[in-house]
Amino acid sequence: MSGGTVVRGWVGEAVGRRLRDPGFWAERAAIFALIAVVVVFGILSPNFLTVGNLEAVLLAGAILVVLAVGQTYAVVTAGIDLSLGATPTLASVMVGYVVGREGGTLLACLLAVLVATTFGVLSGLVISKGGITDFIVTLGALSVATGLALLISDGRPVEVFDPFLLTLATGSIGPIAYLMLLALVVAVAGHVLMFHTGFGTHLLATGGDKEAARNMGVNVDRVKVTAYAISGFLAGVAGIMLTARVGSAEPAVNTEFLLNSVASVVLGGVSLFGGRGSVAGPVAGALLLTALLNGLTLLGVSEYWQPVAVGSVVILSAFLTRYQR
Amino acid sequence: MATDDGSAILQVEEVAKHFGNVVALEGASMEAKDGEITAIVGDNGAGKSTLIKCVAGVHLPDRGRIVFGGEVVRFSSPEEARRAGIETVYQNLALVDELTIWQNLFLNREIKRGVGPVSFLDRKAMARRSEEMLSRLDIHIPSVHARVRRLSGGQRQAVAISRATGWGSRLIVMDEPTAALGVKESGRVEELILRLREEGHSLLVISHNFDQVLRLSDQIWVMRQGRVVGGRRTSETTGDELVALVTGANRGEPDEEGEA
Ligand SMILES: Nc1ncnc2c1ncn2[C@@H]1O[C@H](COP(=O)(O)OP(=O)(O)O)[C@@H](O)[C@H]1O
Ligand SMILES: [Mg+2]
Repeated sequence: MSGGTVVRGWVGEAVGRRLRDPGFWAERAAIFALIAVVVVFGILSPNFLTVGNLEAVLLAGAILVVLAVGQTYAVVTAGIDLSLGATPTLASVMVGYVVGREGGTLLACLLAVLVATTFGVLSGLVISKGGITDFIVTLGALSVATGLALLISDGRPVEVFDPFLLTLATGSIGPIAYLMLLALVVAVAGHVLMFHTGFGTHLLATGGDKEAARNMGVNVDRVKVTAYAISGFLAGVAGIMLTARVGSAEPAVNTEFLLNSVASVVLGGVSLFGGRGSVAGPVAGALLLTALLNGLTLLGVSEYWQPVAVGSVVILSAFLTRYQR
Repeated sequence: MATDDGSAILQVEEVAKHFGNVVALEGASMEAKDGEITAIVGDNGAGKSTLIKCVAGVHLPDRGRIVFGGEVVRFSSPEEARRAGIETVYQNLALVDELTIWQNLFLNREIKRGVGPVSFLDRKAMARRSEEMLSRLDIHIPSVHARVRRLSGGQRQAVAISRATGWGSRLIVMDEPTAALGVKESGRVEELILRLREEGHSLLVISHNFDQVLRLSDQIWVMRQGRVVGGRRTSETTGDELVALVTGANRGEPDEEGEA
């Protein structure tokens, strides 16, 4: 037997072993499910696999992608950011408030991001220094942000006429819309930060085993605060994208953002116990959810069924995570 | 005494530590000599872990002094102790299951390259150095890219020990390195500990296995109820004497100081 055959046989066996390992599938569930959804809807609906519709899916998914990346940072620390249900709204209302008072786009966007980031930092501080669980703190933050959005806007939506935001919403480089580009930048930056920097390793270590990380001298409190700051920052970015897309700032809470961001993270194979996950997975999860909703709409399924579909997919995928190793 | 001429690398003097109402240490004193394996034995709850955590910078002692390498030290974090040259292998090993072996070996000591404030991990360099660290100690592990979760108890211990030795440390502290291991794996870890001494490392090892301590160490300190109640050169003591010291059966000299 030649050396080449031995190597090839060995590689084949290794690949076979991976393919038979349920963990391999569980980690990549979102990507395979995304492919499956695209294929199924492509067969069922002639309009699904058109360039125009795929662009629409990516554009509609852009905001969720940004939020999913933020949620991922909270979840890998073994936490969760429930405030993502309201901080994008609050950021959007801030944009409306400043633009409405002729404060300028730049100031509006800066303030929006600043307020949302502050929410993240404060949540992180209360969680790490105060020793209160993530769930409760961010639930409180969700409520506070909801209230602040109502107070600032006086409970009324305002239209936002702003050339910059209009360009952001409608412009593109070639076929790639600015909003898609922004989501892509966030996803790539989120991936690089998590897997190619010292902070990323400390983040995963803190989420995986806080005590071990602390013993090795990792400042676990600072890691936690930074993770929530990132989540808050991205909520601010998402708020700006939202304002640009709908052309107005609405104080109504977006519970789908919260649910779908958590769903994307679960679909993306991020362990809810922390310490393990990816950015690509949740991004695929976010696109999967968006494609699913788009496909159901194209098929004429009542939109009342959509939450049912999302919920079922999430629970199904959570089952798969049991096979993660 | 044969190995009596080494100078002390570590001296613990009357160190006390309490947690709320629990007095974990009430004035414990001992020392460790350069290039030796120094053992601490004692029953559960005697204060062994607390003592080494004071040495490792996890706890600040309430009273007493710690002298390391001839200087009085007062570490307020494990990081400070590590910078001074004290590496600790904790009872829980401080390995993150979900991270790979190389990520654990370089946790908080990542090799980076980059320009100015922007720097990225040099993953290849860390993986390569990890392989070197493990093979230098003759530790066999399928791949440094495997997650720690997949390792056996003995392999984990070996990874934790090689992490502690890889940084030019002057004293390696180990808390019950074989407590969770089977006979065969314990044997391998013991070999590793002896190899470290041959390489000139100083080691401070907690154990409650007297046979092991008698096999491995040069000096033995016995702890009971928050105190060090005796010290013996290993060559001059027996298992029976250690048992008597640990249980307090030789009531004659309860606070006898060891002839180190
Ligand atoms: N962090 C802590 N908080 C409260 N009590 C502690 C803590 N660490 C140790 N103790 C107590 O101090 C005593 C000594 O514990 P320890 O040093 O772990 O003993 P050993 O390692 O010899 O078994 C025990 O009574 C233990 O319960
Ligand atoms: Mg102990």
